[in-house]
Amino acid sequence: MRYVDEYRDEAAAGRLAAAIRRLVRRPWTLMEVCGGQTHTILKTGLEELLPPEITLVHGPGCPVCVTPLALIDKAVAIATRPEVIFCSFGDMLRVPGSSRSLFDAKAAGADIRIVYSPLDALRLAKANPARQVVFFAVGFETTAPANAMAVWQAAREGVANFSVLVAHVLVPPAIRAILDSPNCRVQAFLAPGHVCTVMGYEDYEAIARRYRVPIVVTGFEPLDLLEGIRLAVAQLESGRAEVENQYARAVRREGNRKAQQLIAEVFEVSPRCWRGIGEIPSSGLQLREPYRDFDAELRFPEAASEAAESQECIAGAVLQGLKKPHECPAFAVRCTPESPLGAPMVSSEGACAAYYRYGRKQ
Amino acid sequence: MAANNSPEFNWSCPLPSDLAERILLAHGGGGRLMQKLLESLFLPAFSNEALNRRHDGAVVEVGGARLAFTTDSYVVRPLFFPGGDIGALAVHGTVNDLAMCGARPMFLSAGFILEEGLPVAVLERVVRSMREAAQAAHVALVTGDTKVVDKGKGDGIFINTAGIGLVEAPSPIGPQAVRPGDAVIVSGDLGAHGIAVLSVREGLEFDSVIASDTAPLWAPVRALLEAGIEPHCLRDLTRGGLSAALNEIAASARLAIRVEEARIPVQEAVRGACELLGLDPLYVACEGRFAAFVPAREAERAVEILRRFSVCAAAQIAGRVEEAPAGTVILKSRIGATRVLDLLSGEQLPRIC
Repeated sequence: MRYVDEYRDEAAAGRLAAAIRRLVRRPWTLMEVCGGQTHTILKTGLEELLPPEITLVHGPGCPVCVTPLALIDKAVAIATRPEVIFCSFGDMLRVPGSSRSLFDAKAAGADIRIVYSPLDALRLAKANPARQVVFFAVGFETTAPANAMAVWQAAREGVANFSVLVAHVLVPPAIRAILDSPNCRVQAFLAPGHVCTVMGYEDYEAIARRYRVPIVVTGFEPLDLLEGIRLAVAQLESGRAEVENQYARAVRREGNRKAQQLIAEVFEVSPRCWRGIGEIPSSGLQLREPYRDFDAELRFPEAASEAAESQECIAGAVLQGLKKPHECPAFAVRCTPESPLGAPMVSSEGACAAYYRYGRKQ
Repeated sequence: MAANNSPEFNWSCPLPSDLAERILLAHGGGGRLMQKLLESLFLPAFSNEALNRRHDGAVVEVGGARLAFTTDSYVVRPLFFPGGDIGALAVHGTVNDLAMCGARPMFLSAGFILEEGLPVAVLERVVRSMREAAQAAHVALVTGDTKVVDKGKGDGIFINTAGIGLVEAPSPIGPQAVRPGDAVIVSGDLGAHGIAVLSVREGLEFDSVIASDTAPLWAPVRALLEAGIEPHCLRDLTRGGLSAALNEIAASARLAIRVEEARIPVQEAVRGACELLGLDPLYVACEGRFAAFVPAREAERAVEILRRFSVCAAAQIAGRVEEAPAGTVILKSRIGATRVLDLLSGEQLPRIC
């Protein structure tokens, strides 16, 4: 398949791995920010090709994982209302709330539907004027333009029975929070290519300068990751700290201005709580005043839950790259995809799910 | 999870704590939850020698004849999809389970559960398709049953078929017969059925129409047997796809299976659709594909024989069986590194981004 096979070629992967081995002199810890990258690494067994000096730690770039427990509970509560058709990307359904997941709610009779685009949810709202259609707007900057478009269209067309439950998060504040942590051991970042396709990488240049940390905007195929690692290691070994763009076939420095304008029209930056990590200032998006009518949190003022996280789950440490999934005592014992303690075990971008699914060689 | 936090949860419950309190869709998905349901409920409840072998069908002896016996229910939505329909599926699925026992399919039963209000023309179309599929597979539909449920209590048509076949394979076929060194043959390209159904169900459009691979498999299996090739194990790649089949066999045989991703056939259109949707073709259901475990020395010849049948045109040796690590399936990825190919936990879900 074109544009895929080229980036999964065994011989080319071997050459890149050899180049990394030639470059590396000291041990380095790199973080791939995006959960999609984590899954590629585990799914292709890529770490097997790397020299022992390189440690990859897995970042917070799993939107499902960082959506706060209280918001999952709120989603379940809204979805359970008889007048509601609750629409979500499939990923969210398995995430454990404090008492149940959206899947459990679906099994108990809630009308919950998996959609592939927020515009599908909008269509559903138009087709079911007597019902309330709520879309769970989860994601990083990647999904924000499509979600903004759905709200913008709903406003323009006056679709009053449509609303969104917003759980949008932003990558640069999370990288700053990780670097500000006294326990931070990350020496270079592989920045998320899809997010940068939308937002560009000007924000990351400020981070590289301020924290003296190399950042390589990286794609999602195994060769992308090997190339990203090679560029990051070259910077580390030569003492540079810059932003480089490995994913130039998709990412431009300024990003996609049209998409950014749409996001800015509908959303504004807000503080946001990250599951397992806590509140990070200016790290999320909320609907701007003219679009607040479409905010499901305001439309359905369900009581906020005061649920506590599992004491045993170390998702926060995993999401910050402080611990690896298999270092958790509950991993694969008391925490499995069928009975998860935390979201990273069930999200398709979660690091724990990747370790569970691909990494348990005996 | 709910069970751990709720005060009324009873730890002395005979079911393991991680079996959900309600049946989820994933309990029927061919993955880990379904295995749990089998192991914690059905197998202990009905335990006997034939069932405990856990093959696609049971092989029983009656008056000196070795019979294969199997059943399957069909609840596919939509009823019609490119390349097939629920009727053809109901015949193929059951005759294929018999073929996987090395048995010539002989007789089928059919039970119809119809929803009130179903247009008779739809039922006629399904029945016509079943008749054609049965003729092509040389089986007779010899008994049946019809029930009608209230509107809203069914999904148009559900069909259950059971089948009886005469075992023609000289030696037992099943995970217990698999030996280290055996070659693993994949009989054709994977995933077309699952993607064909998904694309109609979800209204997804791709450049080319992907047609289901649904087809009867006795003819290629018989050709192997007639050529004197003794398959140690045969397994059709339905729910949970290749991954589920290999994991079940590795677990039952207490052996390791190594496969190479680059040698597993998947047609371009299916690969593209899977990439787009975030699905892995190794987990997507087929209805006319199987994995064959044969002695290594016979593998090349087996592939040659299979490729004479259009349904097996893409047959490939995809891997081999080893002693250790027992119960594990290891995949060599396209970039040449290895990882575990695990059972799916629940259903495959489209990803967020």
